[in-house]
Amino acid sequence: MSDIEDGPADTVEEVTGTGIPVRGNDIDTDQIIPARFMKVVTFDGLGEYAFFDQRFDDEDEEKDHPFNEDRYQGANVLVVNSNFGCGSSREHAPQALMRWGIDAIVGESFAEIFAGNCLALGIPTLTADHESINALQQWVDDHPEEELHVDVVRETIEYGSNELDATVDKAQHKALVEGVWDTTALMEANAAATRDVAESLPYVESESLPRAETDD
Amino acid sequence: MSEGTLYDKVWDEHTVTTLPTGQTQLFVGLHLIHEVTSPQAFGMLQERDLDVAYPELTHATVDHIVPTGDRSRPFENDAAERMMEELEENVRDAGIEFDDPTTGNQGIVHVIGPEQGITTPGKTIVCGDSHTATHGAFGAVAFGIGTSQIRDVLATQCIAMEKQKVRRIEVEGELGPGVEAKDVILEIIRRLGTDGGVGHVYEYGGEAIESLGMEGRMSICNMSIEGGARAGYVNPDETTYEWLAETDAYADDPEKFERHKEYWESIRSDDDAEYDDVVTIDASELEPVVTWGTTPGQGIGITDPIPDPEEMESGDADVARRAQDHMRVEPGETMAGYDIDVAFLGSCTNARLPDLRAAANVVEGREVDDDVRAFVVPGSQRVKAAAEAEGLDEVFKEAGFDWRDAGCSMCLGMNDDQLQGDEACASSSNRNFIGRQGSKDGRTVLMNPRMVAAAAITGEVTDVRDLKGVTLA
Repeated sequence: MSDIEDGPADTVEEVTGTGIPVRGNDIDTDQIIPARFMKVVTFDGLGEYAFFDQRFDDEDEEKDHPFNEDRYQGANVLVVNSNFGCGSSREHAPQALMRWGIDAIVGESFAEIFAGNCLALGIPTLTADHESINALQQWVDDHPEEELHVDVVRETIEYGSNELDATVDKAQHKALVEGVWDTTALMEANAAATRDVAESLPYVESESLPRAETDD
Repeated sequence: MSEGTLYDKVWDEHTVTTLPTGQTQLFVGLHLIHEVTSPQAFGMLQERDLDVAYPELTHATVDHIVPTGDRSRPFENDAAERMMEELEENVRDAGIEFDDPTTGNQGIVHVIGPEQGITTPGKTIVCGDSHTATHGAFGAVAFGIGTSQIRDVLATQCIAMEKQKVRRIEVEGELGPGVEAKDVILEIIRRLGTDGGVGHVYEYGGEAIESLGMEGRMSICNMSIEGGARAGYVNPDETTYEWLAETDAYADDPEKFERHKEYWESIRSDDDAEYDDVVTIDASELEPVVTWGTTPGQGIGITDPIPDPEEMESGDADVARRAQDHMRVEPGETMAGYDIDVAFLGSCTNARLPDLRAAANVVEGREVDDDVRAFVVPGSQRVKAAAEAEGLDEVFKEAGFDWRDAGCSMCLGMNDDQLQGDEACASSSNRNFIGRQGSKDGRTVLMNPRMVAAAAITGEVTDVRDLKGVTLA
């Protein structure tokens, strides 16, 4: 997993695997990863805390939650409803999901910062309408052992004998399909142009510019 | 497509190039960092053997985990101490200015930027914190980012992003007595929904916004993300310039002030600017707003009945049913009279000097209800010092409030300030998500600072306009 965050970006053209539905609108990042698990200086080990308060009671006994169910262990395609990931900017949220095993998320809609954080980790976030998502969640419910195929290139999700038309944001599509989602590398290449913009801004004082001339 | 708005102009000024993804590479004028979301980004930088490109344009503080009681080092909580040390090491190595608690300038990241004058109009500002939109109150284009993007900004001083639509939110008329900026933004979120702003930047304007001081404007921009909008702003005007003229950055440098002001004036939205859409709200219709549920969009006027899920669309109805079950409220009731165990006056939304003044005016000569634990967490060390200079700390303490040091505190319960069990909290913060204040069974009722003070006194959600002897202007 570390190669995902550290190395040069690869293409993410498709994700194949079994699904896991988490139902409900407005599932916020405090639910995905409660703040008390963020007192860490790395993202290692966050997977076990995904949806922690939804999964465990005060005595650490398991509650009803898809992430606890045996039939969904090993799933890598998460299917959610609308405004998933709303709330804080914490990248700990997609990091926790990724480290639990999620490689792609399909839903009605996503909060913007959350979707951006997913992209930075190479996790596609595909959207489809309410009825289609409900049907997909039901199918996953009924067929937890069957694989679905998330095709980022064609923007479709194949499951059973069905093919669902989904949407991938344009920039996300290009970034994942062409393997250009390592934005640090992309932007570092434009260091000289960056400096030009900095110098043109009336509020950036010359002493705030990098001391050495940057290479382009 | 919008044209001629502040957002369009600032976007153009900061555009470096178009990336292969089709995204814009946007220059970042100010990068604010804190201890929770930055350590992993510095780690990623080290793994790639990259340096911080523009350390002078990055500014650090500690707010999320810092204790608000005993702050002697090492912190009692080992994890908090470790995060603090990590930040200290990172900023030292990179040469980044750091307002730690020994400087007297520490505070919530969205309070200290404005008070030091580093938050200015027409600047692009990012921070690994979703409430970064707060800085939009000054006409900055400010938004929250994730940790991988913090890495991007540290390494390149840029961010990759797609341009968004601009929605003008026109708040006409005057706010009634006891109705505050917080009530305006809660009403906006209620009307437009928690995801209504996705893909949009909000431009707040109109008489009710323009007549607000900078602190009120910050409260409004602060909660843009609660309505799904990553950024929100108010065009700069004389109120903005008066604030800035007195800050560290400009007080001793009138020449710089005038020079920068030219730019600030130039990026204001044009009179004939085009917006992707416009929403109008009548300020005079509003009353103090409180939340009844577990999203910031689930708000109502203090005299209004809690809505019935049966009358909502299916998705909203499910969310509302779960929320009402968690909060233990029934449709048809009002929130007035809802029992409160904790009163929290703090957060980047409402912990600035005028917020504390307004709340102090409510509690003066009164006592906190016996069953309520109440505490004030000023937004910054400077806010705290200014409040103490006015004697506000004495007012709060005499009434039975705890008077704490600056930090995020119980807004998100990352330090020791947390709800216990199923406690209900009258809170001046920004999120009522389940578990947000540190206990998964805790119940949060969002409201303005005067309303928090009133709830602390009576032990229940109370219409502050009904309390005698309170100045509501």
